[in-house]
Amino acid sequence: MIGEHIAIVGGGLLGAAIAYGAIRSGLEVTLFDEHDTAHRASRGNFGLAWIQGKGLNKPEYVNWTKNGLRLWPELQEELLQITGIDVALQQPGGFWLGFSDREVLERETKLKQINAQGVHVPYTIMDRSDLLQYLPELGPSVVGGSFCSLDGQANPLLLLKALHSALKIKGANIINGVRIERVTYDKNTRRFLCFNSAGDHWESDRLVLAAGLGNAKLAADVDIYAPIRPKRGQILITEKLKPFLNYPTNKCRQTNEGSIQIGSTSDDVGLDDSTKTDQIELLARRAVKTFPLLSDARLVRAWGALRPLTPDGYPIYQESVKYPGAFVVTSHSGVTLAAAHCYTVAPWISGLTQTPLEFIAFRGDRFIQRPKE
Amino acid sequence: MRLNQVFKFYESKDDEFVTVYFEGKELRVPSGISVASALLANGIYFFRASSVNGSKRSPYCMMGVCFECLLEIDGVPALQGCMIGVRNGMIIKRQIGNMNVKKLDIETY
Repeated sequence: MIGEHIAIVGGGLLGAAIAYGAIRSGLEVTLFDEHDTAHRASRGNFGLAWIQGKGLNKPEYVNWTKNGLRLWPELQEELLQITGIDVALQQPGGFWLGFSDREVLERETKLKQINAQGVHVPYTIMDRSDLLQYLPELGPSVVGGSFCSLDGQANPLLLLKALHSALKIKGANIINGVRIERVTYDKNTRRFLCFNSAGDHWESDRLVLAAGLGNAKLAADVDIYAPIRPKRGQILITEKLKPFLNYPTNKCRQTNEGSIQIGSTSDDVGLDDSTKTDQIELLARRAVKTFPLLSDARLVRAWGALRPLTPDGYPIYQESVKYPGAFVVTSHSGVTLAAAHCYTVAPWISGLTQTPLEFIAFRGDRFIQRPKE
Repeated sequence: MRLNQVFKFYESKDDEFVTVYFEGKELRVPSGISVASALLANGIYFFRASSVNGSKRSPYCMMGVCFECLLEIDGVPALQGCMIGVRNGMIIKRQIGNMNVKKLDIETY
């Protein structure tokens, strides 16, 4: 409630967006941001604000993502007003590109199936000549694709910077260099306690665990099941180029400053966030196949980052039954859902709104294996 | 102190010199140094214009990390001047904005 003190463990895109939403709702905010030895998934984000193709077998996630994309322009404008930072949101629509007729047909089937769940995401299946009107540099290997007018992109590093900057301006207490090892609830004082390894602790009325991979262990302290595992994504970055790509695609996008980001792999390799040359080669080949002119662009960086993923890939947003006022939030779509986290999740964890209806589908309990009766 | 005296060649009688051209101007410089060093020692500080805001940029790290020394060298855009040695007859131009990958010859694909 207004005036209460809320502690948020995790200063990535998710934690920072919720922290900012909480402070603008009138709460006192402490944000723990660990240090640069942490896995820092938000620093590796690809930067798509994207819905097409998401939410098969989870219609709630389609509506949730739509809500997030609809709110995004408001967040962009608010952050610009408060911090002067333009996070480079563009929502011109986005393209998925296919290399074979079969791939495109499978894509169409999938998009149909998603909408058959009682939700509506606009899409258009396009052949090569349609695509060339929007993406004139396409290579001959691209035979078709799909377009969704809701898709877009933003600069994830500027978003993270803008959120942290806005938090400081609004007076949040951002604590860097502290890793929260465990959390407890004191029944007598009705306060949550966050402990670091040295035994120091910080108290709060409410608690949000937004620690990415760290949630796997911390969530148990508030009696929530959050089986989060790392999935590595590798990304390539080219030197800055004159604009030639006016729409984000599923294979690469051009940032507001001109770099091409080429993504991304999906590797089950535990906590290894290194890059591998065979994967870099695969990404580079695929990018050149998509846009042949990229063969003349130089790569300046390659990185691996660890997505914090649940077994079904969908988020967890859950309040503890045993310890009301404690929440676990986990999502690997920190850019797409930034505005939803700020304007919808934050008022909820602040105690100002009811639990959004679709959140029943986002409880960690769904992963508990129950014996069949 | 005049700014163009900040960087100087160490001269010895054994030096061999090469001729390079920066924006059309002929420069005699010792062989074996980098393009960025050669320009700096000739009082040239404006190497490239930022692609983001157009501001004039000079080399910063001189060791291949900062990408502030980008130049067009012998027709190849956006090369790091600090990582390339001078060669006789080299044609060097400023890198203004981002490299235009579209203008390169892609007929071969």
